[in-house]
Amino acid sequence: MSDDTPTPRRIGVFICHCGGNISDYVDVEQVRQAVAGEAEVVTAKTTMFACSDAAQQEMTEAITQDNLDGIVVASCSPKLHLFTFRAMADRAGLNPYRYVQANIREQCSWAHRGEMPAATAKATAIVRAAVARAEASEPLATMRIETQPRALVLGAGVAGLRAALALADMGLTVTIAERAQRPGGWAATFGRTFARDRSGAEMVEELLRRVHEHEHITLFTGAELIEKSGSVGDFTAVLRVANGDTVTLNVGAIVVATGFQDYQPTVGEFGWGLPDVVTLPQYKRMLDAGQGLHRADGRPVKTVTFLYCVGSRQGEEVERPNRYCSRYCCTAACHAGIVSAEQAPGLHQVHLFRDMRTYGKYELLYEEAQRAGAVFLRWDPEEPPVVASDAGGLTVRVKDRLLGGEELEIPTDLLVLVTGMVPRENATLLNALKLPLGGDGFFNEIHPKLRPVETVANGVFIAGTAQGPKTIAESVASSLAAVSKTAALLLKGYVDLEPFVAEVDEERCTWCGKCLDACPYKAIEKVAVAGKEVARIIPALCKGCGGCALPCAENAIDVKGYTDEQVLGMIDALLEEAAE
Amino acid sequence: MSAPPGVHASGPRILVFSTNNISDPGIDLAGSAHMHYPASVVVISLPCSSGVKPSWIVHALERGFDGVFIAADGGDCAYLSDCTDRTGKVVQEAQRLLTERGGDPRRLKMAAVCSVCAESFASHMEKFHAALAKLEPASAGGSHG
Ligand SMILES: Cc1cc2nc3c(=O)[nH]c(=O)nc-3n(C[C@H](O)[C@H](O)[C@H](O)COP(=O)(O)OP(=O)(O)OC[C@H]3O[C@@H](n4cnc5c(N)ncnc54)[C@H](O)[C@@H]3O)c2cc1C
Repeated sequence: MSDDTPTPRRIGVFICHCGGNISDYVDVEQVRQAVAGEAEVVTAKTTMFACSDAAQQEMTEAITQDNLDGIVVASCSPKLHLFTFRAMADRAGLNPYRYVQANIREQCSWAHRGEMPAATAKATAIVRAAVARAEASEPLATMRIETQPRALVLGAGVAGLRAALALADMGLTVTIAERAQRPGGWAATFGRTFARDRSGAEMVEELLRRVHEHEHITLFTGAELIEKSGSVGDFTAVLRVANGDTVTLNVGAIVVATGFQDYQPTVGEFGWGLPDVVTLPQYKRMLDAGQGLHRADGRPVKTVTFLYCVGSRQGEEVERPNRYCSRYCCTAACHAGIVSAEQAPGLHQVHLFRDMRTYGKYELLYEEAQRAGAVFLRWDPEEPPVVASDAGGLTVRVKDRLLGGEELEIPTDLLVLVTGMVPRENATLLNALKLPLGGDGFFNEIHPKLRPVETVANGVFIAGTAQGPKTIAESVASSLAAVSKTAALLLKGYVDLEPFVAEVDEERCTWCGKCLDACPYKAIEKVAVAGKEVARIIPALCKGCGGCALPCAENAIDVKGYTDEQVLGMIDALLEEAAE
Repeated sequence: MSAPPGVHASGPRILVFSTNNISDPGIDLAGSAHMHYPASVVVISLPCSSGVKPSWIVHALERGFDGVFIAADGGDCAYLSDCTDRTGKVVQEAQRLLTERGGDPRRLKMAAVCSVCAESFASHMEKFHAALAKLEPASAGGSHG
């Protein structure tokens, strides 16, 4: 594209062993030799760990000493160290967008173990393609956007409320939109909660009092986000509020803390639909009401049976299984057992569990429930318990794993299905945010370990159980993590956007307007250049998807970093091996 | 100019267009989980599958790839809610161009691959690889091969 680029280019290539993660399956030295011979590669080296300080030091030195104008790091997926190496290039004075990552670990060595020649050939092709992309790279500059010191928090459960307070305490202006008429989410409906038996309702009341008192927080109930436009640091958000009016806000970031729903068993699932079969949330309400435990016909409950893992860790037996563990339920059921024993001395309790996941300190509650007289039996998912009901009442038949599969018949007055967490139905929100969901239907983070509260939508963060099952403590921890990412973004005052936006070749463009129609972000405008009407991209609005390129009959649109020259160059480079 | 399709050591060569945020993590996961798919599969990652240019597909097939697979964003696309339709149009246009130039439209496939769809990706690759191995070798290259 630009002709100020001095030719030939001077590219450096660094190929990582990743301990042995790459070099055990790919002959990295052979890859090095193959690419060292490329015309524009002036240095090619292997390194034990490319991400180590020492290796980065070596790269920065090579950039200056060899006067590199492009660098390829062949190591892991760009999801891990793209920013590490961009920063490295920047430190060495090389434009960071002239660095290209070649993924030879996740997409090569790990995928093709035990096939060293083929994996080595593939790694060579991948590195050559990266070199081709680097050769056609241009120096690009990030775009600086001023951020608005305001945040929108969606959902006023513990996660949302805690996030709003923390953000407001840092001086940011916060709006909370809660869809329900009453704020507080699940916790507001709870009496005693584990771990410390504090009342959920009281805890939420305290949070709400502080929210109402805070001069920087506005709380809307009966409110939903219906539209979002703009980009990170400067969003326009439209809320539909209780009376049907709309409220338009200008915010720098959005925290999604919209929580979970309880799993609804299908009729017949472990006796669901029969009298005296309830879910854990229903049972908890009975306990919290403190009016004693009664059957549907009013008789007192003398035996209660808890059946664990309903709606969690499902297998092929259901159509769209929830494969995940809901985390909170083993502990919540043990805790309910402890509270039950206190409230109804003499109550018989049987807990039918699959695996006991009272992890960490919650293990103490499992022990306490046993001491309180609860009996625990373990069932096998191959032969799950069967619930039946006749004139005499409910019975649960279960094969106890620990008793060598002996079948037990347990008559019970009340059966509690320990139901898991499922994502909330949120069609309007999903449509407004356009956020991808994970395989389990909850909101998905960019990286489960390294970037746990960020989403693919820059400036939109996730907190609490909206992301997946969590206890209150875990919800608050993730909410405060979202707060720190939000505040780091907004308090800095600006954000640098990736420069990978579309670009119009004004000579080729004949302004037909089709690109404008193809862009939902209104990132294209019509301008006159030397008396000719052409399309021009508005970089701050462009997301760089490239969706505008297809309708362009003149092939006048490229996305920076993914230009025709770069992609075609990569394709040719990937094929080089075959042409030998 | 290029080796005749189908004779490469590890069988048909497949070029996958993936997307940085959706299908590429899915493909990464296939590797992290050591799922098997042919080593003759290589990937170019882009921001969004509706940004794949039909001309790139034609170029890849005419230069020596035996198949092109678009690992599409599907409904998970963060950029475009109608990404599936748009990517569908990319495929249509590329197939039209291919047919016009004497290529075989069966050498282009598209399927949505989500960010955790590792298994489905690996199985798509195995199947596409097997299907390509059965096609007549010369059909992709046309007169340009
Ligand atoms: C029966 C039961 C017992 C439990 N017991 C315990 C316990 O003892 N200890 C413990 O630590 N944890 C317990 N938990 C888990 C606990 O309930 C959760 O960890 C916690 O409530 C999660 O808070 P949250 O803010 O993420 O979600 P939620 O409480 O679900 O709050 C989300 C809020 O977002 C709102 N919302 C949804 N969609 C939108 C939208 N589109 N726009 C605006 N607002 C929206 C909802 O109305 C809701 O108010 C229990 C759970 C259950 C089901």
